Amino acid sequence: MNHSISLTVNGARRDFVLDDPRVTLLDLLRERLHLTGTKKGCDRGQCGACTILVDGKRINSCLALAISHDGADILTIEGVARGDQLHPVQAAFIAHDGFQCGFCTPGQIMSAIGMMQEAQAGNDPERIRECMSGNLCRCGAYAGIVDAVLDAQGQMDETNQRRSA
Amino acid sequence: MPELNLTSAPAHLRHGSNIGQPLTRRDGFLKVTGQATYAADNHPPGMLFAVIAVSSIAHGRVTFLDVAAAKRHPGVVDVMTPEHKPQLAIDPEIKTNPFVFRMEALHSNEVRYANQPIAVVIAETLEAATEGAALLAPRYETLPPLVGLDAGESFVPPVVGVGNPTENHRGDVEAGLAAAEKQIDATYETPPQYHNAMEPHAIVVQWDGDSLSVDMPTQGLKLSLARIAELFGIAHDKIHIRSPFLGGGFGSKGLMGGPPVLGIMATKLVGRPIKLVLRREQMYGPVGHRAPTRQRLRLGTDGEGRLTALDHHARTVSSTFDDFYEPAADASHTLYAAPAIRTSHDAVRVNTGTPLFMRAPGEATGSIALESAIDEMAWACGMDPLAFRLKNYAEVEPITGKPFSSKALRACYEQGAARFGWAKRSLQPRQMRDDDGLLVGWGMGTATFPALMFQAEARAAIRRDGSGVMEIGAHDMGQGAWTALAQIAADELGLDIDRVAFKAGTSDLPDAGIAGGSAHTATAGAAIHSAGAAVIAKLAELATGDERSPLFGAGNAGVIARGGRLVRRDDESRGESYAEILARAGVAEVEARGTGAPNPAAMEEYAMHAHGAVFAEVKVDPELGQVRVSRMVGAFAAGRIVNPRMVQSQLFGGMIWGLSFALHEEAITDRRTGRIMNANLGEYHVPVNADVPPLDVITVEEHDPHVNALGIKGVGEIGITGSAGAVANAVWHATGVRVRKFPIKIEELLTQS
Amino acid sequence: MKPFDYVRPATVTEAVAAAAQPGAVYLAAGTNLLDLMKGNISRPDRLVDVTHLDGLDAIETLADGSLRIGALVSNADLAHDPAFATTYPAVAEALLSGASAQLRNAATVGGNLLQRTRCAYFYDTASRCNKREAGSGCDARDGENRGHAVLGWSESCIATNPSDFCVPLVALDAVVEIEGKGGRREIALDALHRLPGNTPERESVLEPGDLIVAVRLPPTARGFAAHARYLKVRERTSYAFAVVSAAAALRIENGKIAEARLALGGVAAKPWRARAAEDVLTGVAPTTDAFQEAAWRALADAKPSGDNAFKIELARRIVVRALRLAAAGTPARLPALPASPLASTSGAFHA
Repeated sequence: MNHSISLTVNGARRDFVLDDPRVTLLDLLRERLHLTGTKKGCDRGQCGACTILVDGKRINSCLALAISHDGADILTIEGVARGDQLHPVQAAFIAHDGFQCGFCTPGQIMSAIGMMQEAQAGNDPERIRECMSGNLCRCGAYAGIVDAVLDAQGQMDETNQRRSA
Repeated sequence: MPELNLTSAPAHLRHGSNIGQPLTRRDGFLKVTGQATYAADNHPPGMLFAVIAVSSIAHGRVTFLDVAAAKRHPGVVDVMTPEHKPQLAIDPEIKTNPFVFRMEALHSNEVRYANQPIAVVIAETLEAATEGAALLAPRYETLPPLVGLDAGESFVPPVVGVGNPTENHRGDVEAGLAAAEKQIDATYETPPQYHNAMEPHAIVVQWDGDSLSVDMPTQGLKLSLARIAELFGIAHDKIHIRSPFLGGGFGSKGLMGGPPVLGIMATKLVGRPIKLVLRREQMYGPVGHRAPTRQRLRLGTDGEGRLTALDHHARTVSSTFDDFYEPAADASHTLYAAPAIRTSHDAVRVNTGTPLFMRAPGEATGSIALESAIDEMAWACGMDPLAFRLKNYAEVEPITGKPFSSKALRACYEQGAARFGWAKRSLQPRQMRDDDGLLVGWGMGTATFPALMFQAEARAAIRRDGSGVMEIGAHDMGQGAWTALAQIAADELGLDIDRVAFKAGTSDLPDAGIAGGSAHTATAGAAIHSAGAAVIAKLAELATGDERSPLFGAGNAGVIARGGRLVRRDDESRGESYAEILARAGVAEVEARGTGAPNPAAMEEYAMHAHGAVFAEVKVDPELGQVRVSRMVGAFAAGRIVNPRMVQSQLFGGMIWGLSFALHEEAITDRRTGRIMNANLGEYHVPVNADVPPLDVITVEEHDPHVNALGIKGVGEIGITGSAGAVANAVWHATGVRVRKFPIKIEELLTQS
Repeated sequence: MKPFDYVRPATVTEAVAAAAQPGAVYLAAGTNLLDLMKGNISRPDRLVDVTHLDGLDAIETLADGSLRIGALVSNADLAHDPAFATTYPAVAEALLSGASAQLRNAATVGGNLLQRTRCAYFYDTASRCNKREAGSGCDARDGENRGHAVLGWSESCIATNPSDFCVPLVALDAVVEIEGKGGRREIALDALHRLPGNTPERESVLEPGDLIVAVRLPPTARGFAAHARYLKVRERTSYAFAVVSAAAALRIENGKIAEARLALGGVAAKPWRARAAEDVLTGVAPTTDAFQEAAWRALADAKPSGDNAFKIELARRIVVRALRLAAAGTPARLPALPASPLASTSGAFHA
């Protein structure tokens, strides 16, 4: 049975006919929309490589059926930068060497952006470590990831202060 | 795949250039925007999905596969089985060279380990292929599996690791032990561990006319190419492998395993491009692992805490059908100056996928046992663990008596201890608490890893516009080859890094050797060094032989390449640009090749190793036994540091692996079935962000004129060694409980409260 | 994954009718169900997607002082609701100690209540498992079972319930509202999960079609806000299931425990309410002696089901610690590492 669904992906509305309800958001993005920035590390919600934002919240896209998310607003790593202008989190990941092989990186960055929006960790490194623990990094770039998040958080706080001043 | 454009990173993110500079990653922009293309990100038109079905038994035979049920599933195109598959040109069981491992290519119904590939389902969609594989519902004739370190009769393998002798000795260990004032005799166990790179093994493969086009992560492009060529009977120049980025390798992508071969077979079977990606649980079998070990260490000391003997025996396992033996005891060859040392190995065969090199193979397993034993010996002598290590500092390599090509370990101990504050450590365990009442313990370990070199070749060119080219089939698995090797290339070509087109990651480029053994930067770097020097020499020849050139008559040795110009060594104001030289000569470009290789004479004369000292602080709940590392300092001397930023990251990563070795990682095998019961990332624990404390790395300056032309020793693996023992020793110091079975578990620490 | 019919009912009544069919299951976020389906542990014919149903995602205080949490409220939204976290701190702490931020954002309250065991033999479809396939046997019983149950297990099944959330909820007398074929009913959370006995395949008292629509905390649950903690021992600092956990909640009046609540996680097929321990604490001063007595009572019936005797001793120690932490008072803000003994407010005493 075919199901029509529509999603907003990185700002653009996309309408699909889904011929198979088994398709996860992750496999929809990767194999049908060819948005391969989002990675599959475990496919079971145990590594975080597939993290995307759905309606502003970070989730594991491997454990989300596309069909159930009809109408959702999705942000993936491909939608974060504006052309060559990187999001502060992206730039901070480069500056602080917050990755090595880079495979977990899209998920780490989406998770970091989601975490900042959740506003639970602030600039406390210990809370950042805890709140970023859903993203495994086998290369062991955790120190750089925490530094990158702190740096980006600081920059965004500054920008917000300037805006509100 | 489009040509990689690595210079698209915004300029403000770069910090300086060339060797020694902490350049940010040149592939960073691609990686943070999701544009870096890993193998499974490719989608050639008409591509089908292939999913492997694996065995749930560890030993026996597949007697039935419900191929019909799988084929009935909508979208399934074909099912590849031992009865229905393209023939290979050679038997995949034949070892054509020592770097070939036996693999399962559906050539038999025999099952030799759990998670062995037994069929491949090919379908229009991933969902259909996945369900098709489930529908095969295999039936088996099951035989009792061999499981564990006592599975059967042990034997002494002919070699361990890659060609290391199984036994080594110097001096009389038994006499040394007999004469010792104090002795320890301790047995340690390490579990099976799985590489678990974040990127599952994957292949996207298609025929392009009579050529095979392959996207596949590999740490050895040319070895993989040669293996594909022999298995499929294809000429080398008809195979093109792209591996621009590996999502981690750690050894598991070093040698071609069975799964990518099945992908190539599948594309041959159905005549369409294929994508085959391993599921996470399927990575616990056909793609290598670190074998378990049981290691007995016997140490003796004289009245002053000097070692009189060191005996290190390691039991390990290999598969029932191939040979790789974790060379754990070899860790005792280089570090401590015992007058008598003996290392030996034995093994049993078990129903497991063949073990393989996994980040610091032998060094990691051996190090945690040796460093624990050294700690136990120091305690038995009533000595501070650092003082004990200094007392037994090896001025020459103990097992061979050779001098070290360089060894700044004393400086590592000093600088690491000072940064950590080691001097304040209590000798007695279970003395320190934090403000919350948690037990605090400090431990240390010595790190060491051999400075290896393999064979590599590079091609360099200077083009008419004055820019440079450096080509080498190098592999970036996260260590930063795209950046570090380009830095070396830029220096050798006398150009700014943005003026060098650095090409790597494909099989059509010159052979960079395998990315392993912490030797890739050294090996590929040496080839780049030599190719760069050769092309500059050719350029210099053009100039110095031309009377119209300001360099005329200077001779090759009399010029320096710098900033895109050749200048006279004796008068740097006289020179001309590369472009001018080539324009006048009417040459489009000059090119040259160069090689990197080990220097047998230097190897004969010197022991070559990187060294380090790792200090760890742990906190342990005194009643509940939960452990967390709260601080680690590692001081490492590894020769020349090409890119300090990435070297620090590599060392951090290694230290985290050490922490993980001591506290987390373990594959749990059901002893009745031989199945791994935690073949996933939820229950096979690797550290999460919250497990990793603030880390501190000191790179101790070290100049080594002998290891290779660039003085590089490599940093990819040394970080694990020392670190695992440091954490284990810190747990002892915190609790007073010596755990000799790793990883350390909560229940071991509940003995006191 | 087996193909399935996907049904998106418009109302709860439609949902119940659709899910009452054989082979049908409810789909909420799917964080547990899809994992099970990908592993072929669960192969449903029909998914009844309740995520689009209206009215199940509210957190509301009722006139009698109860708190009603809609079944579709996400774990994260509940834990981060300031009023909720202040009033029921142990529940918020338990929620935030579970899984990862990503999973908590997706996972629902109702789904958390019904998450399946992490027993490796349940997950391994080549193993015998009475829970997965009734009557097939239990390969965990003589297998790798250091993480298995020490309370309430049977020869048929030694699996544990992995939920953190349920542990403080059961301590606080939470009630589950269920919509079923016969209309709406409610049961105590403590009565929702069944112990295995000879029928471990029946994990809860729910009947086909039954839909959890809300969880309610009774007015009495508010009385413990000042002294309530959740403590969870795990093998990683974060993103790991409990080896053993405990929720402790005390109402302290005039230096004495007026009322105590205690429940354990990771020890049994259900969140384990320790009423005998609560009884000995009532009316006594909050001392370590009293807590130790409570710990002995809580584990009085415990016995190893395999290589897991340490869990009994560990559970006793966790009980003592959780009670001690609760007595010391709920911290103004949850620790950076929720429920961790290694958080800076661990309460470990100087020996």
